[in-house]
Amino acid sequence: MDLKDLTIEQAHEAMKEGVFTSRELTQAYLDAIAKKNENIFAFIEVFDDALAQADKADEIFKSGKATLLTGIPFGIKDNILIDGKKASAASKILENYTASYDATVIKILKESGAVFLGRTNMDDSAMGSSTQTSYYGITKNPLDESRVPGGSSGGSAAAVAANMSLVALGTETCGSVRQPAAFCGLVGLKPTYGALSRNGLIAMGSSLDQPAPLTKTVRESEIIFQALAKHDPMDATSVPESLRENPIKGIKRIGVPRSFFAKGLDKEVERNFNESVEKLKNAGYEIVDLEMPELEYSRAVYYIIMPAEVSTNLSRVDGIRYGLSLEGKDLLEVYEKSRGQGFGKEVRRRILLGTYILSHGYYDAYYNKALLLRDKITGEIKKAFELVDLIMTPTVPTPAFKIGEKLDDPVAMYLCDIFSAPANLSGIPAVALPSGKTEDGLPLSIQFMAPHFCEDRLFDIGKKFETML
Amino acid sequence: MLYNSRMEIRDVEKLAELARIEIPDEEKAEFVKNLGSILGYVDIIKNAAVEGIKPEVGELRNVAREDEARDFDDRQKLISAFPDSDGDYLKVKKIL
Repeated sequence: MDLKDLTIEQAHEAMKEGVFTSRELTQAYLDAIAKKNENIFAFIEVFDDALAQADKADEIFKSGKATLLTGIPFGIKDNILIDGKKASAASKILENYTASYDATVIKILKESGAVFLGRTNMDDSAMGSSTQTSYYGITKNPLDESRVPGGSSGGSAAAVAANMSLVALGTETCGSVRQPAAFCGLVGLKPTYGALSRNGLIAMGSSLDQPAPLTKTVRESEIIFQALAKHDPMDATSVPESLRENPIKGIKRIGVPRSFFAKGLDKEVERNFNESVEKLKNAGYEIVDLEMPELEYSRAVYYIIMPAEVSTNLSRVDGIRYGLSLEGKDLLEVYEKSRGQGFGKEVRRRILLGTYILSHGYYDAYYNKALLLRDKITGEIKKAFELVDLIMTPTVPTPAFKIGEKLDDPVAMYLCDIFSAPANLSGIPAVALPSGKTEDGLPLSIQFMAPHFCEDRLFDIGKKFETML
Repeated sequence: MLYNSRMEIRDVEKLAELARIEIPDEEKAEFVKNLGSILGYVDIIKNAAVEGIKPEVGELRNVAREDEARDFDDRQKLISAFPDSDGDYLKVKKIL
């Protein structure tokens, strides 16, 4: 079985026609995991019931009720709950936490008979851009093992890139799927905020988080998105179907906010981006220069809002009702010890930062001002979409960096998020697409952003761009 | 409005206390440096103009609902996750 170029639709046809079964497909991935995982470390745990899940999928095929995702092997990021399985967000504090219910996205996948191979590695509590802060160890980039796979969904990206899973689910708070997709040569889709349910995700920044697929092709992202994009009453910010306006529109004009990324762009990233623009021009698209001065503030705004939400969300992880609980002489000491020793360094750093930002005397200067600027950034993006159908940027300013780099310098690590923050802050969808390689063979990537609930435009341009490579 | 990107050890200790997180002594100096550099970076928002944006109701707002009690399918699952329990009760250390 050739797993390298296999897609969801090809696997579906093959299972339907009896070329192979879901059990055989699942076994092929389990074999690949057995061979590669010790080195790459994409999976924290491989589920012992993967073949049993595949047998159920084969039953669905026999009954003639199979859908596109029936029997399709998925890697699932370790912060998405699967009932009865451990879910730790790659953090020591939740190492022994067993999920007591299914995340809504998992429930939908289960109903369609998808197969969960295991839980994938990530940065501790989804905080990081390189999968180097995981409590369980680092994940290597399968395309160059001296480099990081990106993060925080680095395990999910590495699993797909190394053909250890057909597709994978990650989560996005600020580029945690698009950036690893860029570093591993994959397609990464950040859906519109409110499109996919957040119910059952271990929360990081509640106004920013979205589950997000990692795939080899645009069509596969589309299939997963269409299956999972459903209103969910269990997520208060899930958008009702009736409000998911999506005017069908041919794409003509693509906006490029050049002044936003003039500084600090890697030379090869810049060359590749310009080549990509030329390709699109030659294909008949009109490229429009955009002035978007407010985008300059997006990372700073993100690094205020995110830690504020992190410190609030993670206050529930306190060693009392679940997770790591360390002995103390009184309740306060139980909190302090469990949280102090259970959370990794980057997580503690962000909780302290969020506590500071939300504390009396600084709240107005940081948090409230950031909220106003968030509105301003969103307004600027909406205005841009009056002029253009899509906005295009590089996905990341550099190709995958070396393992060990940037770990001691949080600001340098945060700068990786430059092109990610606008979509998460404004809630619009964005897709990272492979766009070529560096001279050393490292993947390069471009990003398209579309208006709220216009994922269709991303799939349309993505499929066309795939044919231009 | 107050901006302050200069941190000292006692600021980190105060934040750690508020956040209920024990920070080992050897990490405190590192946190002073890191938090200072992050705050130094985000301080660029100081100069951003925000006139004309209504502070009361932003594009994003909290979504609230009535707090209704609902039964969980399998309460035993939640109870079995308790680090310490007495029957079906969650057991915690004394507060004072």
